[in-house]
Amino acid sequence: MSAPPAPEDHYRAGLEAGELRYQWCTDCAAPVFYPRVLCPGCGGTALEWRVSGGAGTVYSATVVRSRDGARGVVLVDLEEGFRMMSRVTGDPEAVAIGSAVTLRVDTSGEAAQAVFDPAGEPS
Amino acid sequence: MSAAWRGAAAIVGVAESDLGRVPEGLSSLDLIGQATAGALAEAGLGTEDVDALYTTSAYFPMSALVTAEYLGVRPRVADGTNIGGSTFVAQAVRAAQAIAAGEVEVALICYSSTQLSDGGRLVTTNRPLSYEGEFSPRFPISMFALATARHMHEFGTTREQLAEVAVAARRWAQLNPKAYARDELSVEDVLGSRMVSDPLTVRDCCLVTDGGGAVVMTSAERARDLPQEPVYVLGGGEATDHANLSQMPDLTTTAAAVSGARAWETSGLGPADMDVVQLYDAFTINPVLFLEDLGFCAKGEGGAFVADGGIAPGGRLPVNTSGGGLSYCHPGMFGIFLLIEATRQLRGETGARQVAGARTALVHGNGGALASEVTAVLGTADTL
Ligand SMILES: [Zn+2]
Repeated sequence: MSAPPAPEDHYRAGLEAGELRYQWCTDCAAPVFYPRVLCPGCGGTALEWRVSGGAGTVYSATVVRSRDGARGVVLVDLEEGFRMMSRVTGDPEAVAIGSAVTLRVDTSGEAAQAVFDPAGEPS
Repeated sequence: MSAAWRGAAAIVGVAESDLGRVPEGLSSLDLIGQATAGALAEAGLGTEDVDALYTTSAYFPMSALVTAEYLGVRPRVADGTNIGGSTFVAQAVRAAQAIAAGEVEVALICYSSTQLSDGGRLVTTNRPLSYEGEFSPRFPISMFALATARHMHEFGTTREQLAEVAVAARRWAQLNPKAYARDELSVEDVLGSRMVSDPLTVRDCCLVTDGGGAVVMTSAERARDLPQEPVYVLGGGEATDHANLSQMPDLTTTAAAVSGARAWETSGLGPADMDVVQLYDAFTINPVLFLEDLGFCAKGEGGAFVADGGIAPGGRLPVNTSGGGLSYCHPGMFGIFLLIEATRQLRGETGARQVAGARTALVHGNGGALASEVTAVLGTADTL
């Protein structure tokens, strides 16, 4: 039997396959993100992989200004109860805290990334 | 119940190295040498007396070894812990506990950086989590910007209130001959300066300077025979709840709520007892969060607390009387300078910025992106 893939490798493979994977601790019934080998809530190792439905809410947002222009950085709370850093597509200055966003796996770059579209807009 | 080690150890010597932009060629170790020589001289002690060395460095992973060699000390305790800018406050508390236990006789806490001469970039070997780094936040400012934006969203804190933190720091700095930035600064200046990571402008950020500092501690008993008025460590506490910002449980409440509660418990004192307050102000949001979390005001009321000159000279609470990291100096990590200023205030030697009759001081250090929070309470002999 081969060893299971490293947590980050399994996460990145999920993105390449178009899905946002996270873990669920079956000991304390809580989501775990970022992926690891033990639950930071209870120390247990009974983690199973799940796939996020992709519905989220912007928890906080900033716009990083540089010579190359402006880029948005956000924290998104996923419906499944975990939080991640990401960006929202479109105008970074238009991103409001509390607004609904929807997952889009962006495969245009070197590595696939979990980014978010403003909810209700065509993707 | 206050801690068994309350008042068992005292700060007996403090000094800065050259600050600002130091002469070309001086290394970070040279600056530590300057600060250490100064602090030991005013303590009436020599390097041969030091049996515990506490330091950290952006340049040397084994900082305690390199520093001990440079200074010519042979410590029984060589501690190069790095929990960010809060490190030195934590080391002062740990040294006080070790001195109280009889394990250490004379502790030297020291730090320096030549980050301005190095080119003005934050020198760090710290790496963000890949899950965050892939979105290219600007470290560390974007982390504090995200916390600021959330605080504004939840509590209605305004950019004008945050700007008042920078203006208050500048007004204190104008009373401190050693401060790096002493020219006039208005709320309008802060609001109108270059935006770096919304809602924080370059004037919401701490300085980038060279500089170093040293603090010498020994037992209360030995301190009474030394030249300086001893400044006693009355209590303290540490708390850590994340490293990367996405893992912080609530961006508007820091682990200072935990470290502060421990500091109040160990010292037997509370916010209303503090005469002067030193809070690590890497960004203007920091003092707002810490004033709330340490209990100087209710959660969400930090903006109103700092408004209308609330923490400026003549305000409701003297905060960051040196000018802080925003206007006095900021060589990468600021924690050691919080201890130095608090000590000088309690000795009554700070001239135009002296808080009259100050007997108690709160020192609060932050490490990383609101990740490590360390609080210490210091006091004069009549607070024992
Ligand atoms: Zn668990």
